[in-house]
Amino acid sequence: MSIGTDIPRVDGIEKLRGTARYVDDLKIEGILHAGTVRSKIARGRIRKINFDPAINWSEYTIVDHRDIVGPNEIKLIELDQPALVVDEIRHKEEPILLIAHPCPRAIQPALRAITIDIDPRPAVTDPQQKLTPDLVQFGSDNVFKKIDIHKGDPESILQSATRVIKGEYRTGGQEHVYLENQGMIAYHEDDKLVVTGTMQCPYYVLDALTHFFDRPPDAFRVVQTPTGGGFGGKEDFPSNMAIHAALLAEKSGKPVKLIYDRQEDMAATTKRHPGIVRHRTAVDDNGKLLAMDIEVIFDGGAYMTLSPVVLSRGVIHAAGPYNCDNIHVHGEARLTNTPPNGAFRGFGAPQTIFAVERHMDVIADQLGIDPVALRRRNLIKDGDSTATNQPINDGVDRIALMDNTLDVANYHDKIKQHAEFNREHPYTRRGIGFATFLHGAGFTGAGEVWLASEAWVEGHPDGGIEVLVANTDMGQGTTTILTQIAADQLELEPRYVILATPDTSRVPNSGPTVASRTAMIVGRLIEQACDKIVDQTGGQKGAALTEAIQAWHLANPGSRLIGKAKYQKPDVIVWDDEKYIGHAYACYGWATYVADVEIDLRTFNVRVLDFVASQEIGRVLNPTLARGQIQGGVVQGIGWALTEEIVTRDGAMANNQMTNYIIPTSGDLPPIRVIFEESDSPFGPRGAKGIGELPMDGPAPAILNAISHALETQLNDIPMTPEKLMLHMEEQTIGAH
Amino acid sequence: MKVFQPKNLNDALDLLAANPDIRPIAGGTDLMVDWHHHDKTDWALMDLSPVDDLRQMSIDDDALHLGALTTYWDVIASRDITNAFPLLTRAAKQVGAIQIQTRGTWAGNIANASPAADGVPVLMAYDAVVHLKSKTESVDVPLDRYFTGYKQSVRTPDQLIVGITIPRKPRTHEWFYKVGARSAQAITKVGVAMVHDDTGWHVVVNSVAPCVCRCNAIETALNANRTFNTPNDIASILKNDIAPIDDIRSTAHYRRTVLARLIHARLKQQEQV
Repeated sequence: MSIGTDIPRVDGIEKLRGTARYVDDLKIEGILHAGTVRSKIARGRIRKINFDPAINWSEYTIVDHRDIVGPNEIKLIELDQPALVVDEIRHKEEPILLIAHPCPRAIQPALRAITIDIDPRPAVTDPQQKLTPDLVQFGSDNVFKKIDIHKGDPESILQSATRVIKGEYRTGGQEHVYLENQGMIAYHEDDKLVVTGTMQCPYYVLDALTHFFDRPPDAFRVVQTPTGGGFGGKEDFPSNMAIHAALLAEKSGKPVKLIYDRQEDMAATTKRHPGIVRHRTAVDDNGKLLAMDIEVIFDGGAYMTLSPVVLSRGVIHAAGPYNCDNIHVHGEARLTNTPPNGAFRGFGAPQTIFAVERHMDVIADQLGIDPVALRRRNLIKDGDSTATNQPINDGVDRIALMDNTLDVANYHDKIKQHAEFNREHPYTRRGIGFATFLHGAGFTGAGEVWLASEAWVEGHPDGGIEVLVANTDMGQGTTTILTQIAADQLELEPRYVILATPDTSRVPNSGPTVASRTAMIVGRLIEQACDKIVDQTGGQKGAALTEAIQAWHLANPGSRLIGKAKYQKPDVIVWDDEKYIGHAYACYGWATYVADVEIDLRTFNVRVLDFVASQEIGRVLNPTLARGQIQGGVVQGIGWALTEEIVTRDGAMANNQMTNYIIPTSGDLPPIRVIFEESDSPFGPRGAKGIGELPMDGPAPAILNAISHALETQLNDIPMTPEKLMLHMEEQTIGAH
Repeated sequence: MKVFQPKNLNDALDLLAANPDIRPIAGGTDLMVDWHHHDKTDWALMDLSPVDDLRQMSIDDDALHLGALTTYWDVIASRDITNAFPLLTRAAKQVGAIQIQTRGTWAGNIANASPAADGVPVLMAYDAVVHLKSKTESVDVPLDRYFTGYKQSVRTPDQLIVGITIPRKPRTHEWFYKVGARSAQAITKVGVAMVHDDTGWHVVVNSVAPCVCRCNAIETALNANRTFNTPNDIASILKNDIAPIDDIRSTAHYRRTVLARLIHARLKQQEQV
């Protein structure tokens, strides 16, 4: 059996050898290279577009909104985002024109030779900005989505409680910094328009093309190329890329390649939603949470894109892994005139978990009790329920998980050691902090029912097995773990199983590769599809199955032997999307993360010295890949907490280079010690739950709790750059006088 | 784009005399950055890599000589130079990452004249002299008089930096500190080199003024044995020496405050030794 063991990555060798062909590596005869003319201001109305006569424009294919035959809409949740501006500009970097030319070097000079006269209009740059009528651009109040969760009667308890503790917590945007930039190729093949490139969700791209060109789905073929990282950044944005490349290919009749360089990619594509979260919490003297009132505001950017679902995950996770009988969460995703914010690993949960985990330490501080004791008192126990009244009965001991993790991190000793160290050292301060949290696996609520995912497993004449799903490997190891799942279910060596290239002309719609759903939801479908193959060939597994498949093909020449499985909602999952009550997720991963930090008071630089990431995730499918997911998520969390600051001008990123957008290097990182606890979760293959997003949630609150502990203050804002930390300490010193 | 490849130094100086717009390149590390950021495509470049005369690096009892093609890595790899001038290696190891250290040159760092230049503060604190040569003459300029403003220097378009000389002498205090946003691949937010020798204190800072410069007011105070009780005491003098700005990497306030705190902590540490 290969599950639970480290089989080598099935896509590893070709990536190590450099033979994997990423989209920009593809050579196609006669291809045109494309570029995008963008708005240089946040909001306005186009008056005139000027083409410098020094350029021979007849050499170029030029596309504007008038070339669009179908609806000028990028289909996602709402149809508010145009593929190309007609006249109203809603954000800086918004695409206005597309150009293409056989020579890649002809693109930059041409882009500079097109100037656009725009009458500027007042822009919304802050989601809390007071609105005047000329700023309203969506509905009556620029709010894309409002969500409320109600449990019990928090308001009356807050009114009468003796102790109400308040806090406001802010989180910044974040750039994905996938290694491979966005890129897409479009060309005609037979009667189809083929669109191929770097993406997470081929069927989202297909859906967007179908709507935009108003043609049937079989007019297109969408093929994923090997993808160098996604982190959510290639969930929705590749639809924009695909439409742009396709528009140029349609107009020119030639293949077109559209590749963003790093600066364009950072400036123009999606970011994590900046968040503001306010807590009002009634507690008793022992720290029991009596009532929680939580307000969540996300900056959605100029168009709706995925903001309603990001907000949904945010509000559902906002009360953390705690049992409280009286909860109100109110969430709003609001419009601002910035490039749309989109999917990013964690999808709203890191923002609200940062808030609740900082708030728990604030509560502990104000009550004068140990943050460990506070969490021990409130962590969900089996039989308790979440904010949406979802009963939790999964047999996981969340208190033991926390206690064991703190022991591994030597938490209690370090509290004492650091106190002593901090008394002695002239300018270095040390602190330790932690966060306890949860992350829901799979699509929210009824989302999986709506997706109705399908997975196929095909037995080929040579006896080999091919898994046909639309889920993509972007470096996280999907192909490897799905191979392991099919191999184990069929009792075969993994080498008998191959994963099909995600190509919408060949694979069924098994849903997007997002939301920590692939291993759990699609993995389970693959198990079921494998069972269908076994049923169709006489019930044998292992070597006998290989022979049975060969025999089946001899008996049925020319036919395909395919086992198909379609998502069926487990009966226990009950969700009311109107009231936000019930099973928000099939199950949750549970975790405790501990950060040990050091602050240099000369420079206010923070260094994480040690990090322990412990989680209960059902079943570990491949230990190396699972550990890699956790460590990678922790690194991304460290960056988000400390250095990854999006500096904006006119609402768009101004530090759009890797030189100035500071992701951590290996030299900035502590040892990241990963601990897995396992259980038999009933929803995924062999008990597996999702893990992709979980590690993004814990690092920021653990680190800020640690810095707050070290400096005996409360820091409620990330990224906590040295500049911000310095100002905070100065204000605190002044306040103390 | 035009690229010239001189065969030797005279050839290079002839080319410079004839083409004032030509840009000499050594490691090319600054060029690669500019390439991306600027719209210009009609560059004229002179590749110095074939000019072996510029490659020499030597150290004797009196001085260290760095040819114009000496890289950071050349210095890091030399035990003799590291022992004699420890700050050079300390600064070199904090330039970009190893790839940059093996291509970037000390002379190129001076020629680019960036206020954030990582190699320049330690050279200046060690009293480095820059050797400029044109077709018609050779001129030696002390590094602390080389820069005239933001990305400006005394070098005329026909002059080439051919080398740098640093005198050997007893130095009683040598310290360098770089503040970057991360531990590698970082552009300096605040940097400071402090050296003490028989002529007194040399306090050189980068990223806090239009060019890398000595802090004359602080040096004067230190030479007069003034003591500083708090970082603010230092900051109040430093304001005569520096003019930091807000940009996408940091703030003027941070740069000013942290520079004072670094110097203060260092002096305190010295008192305790």
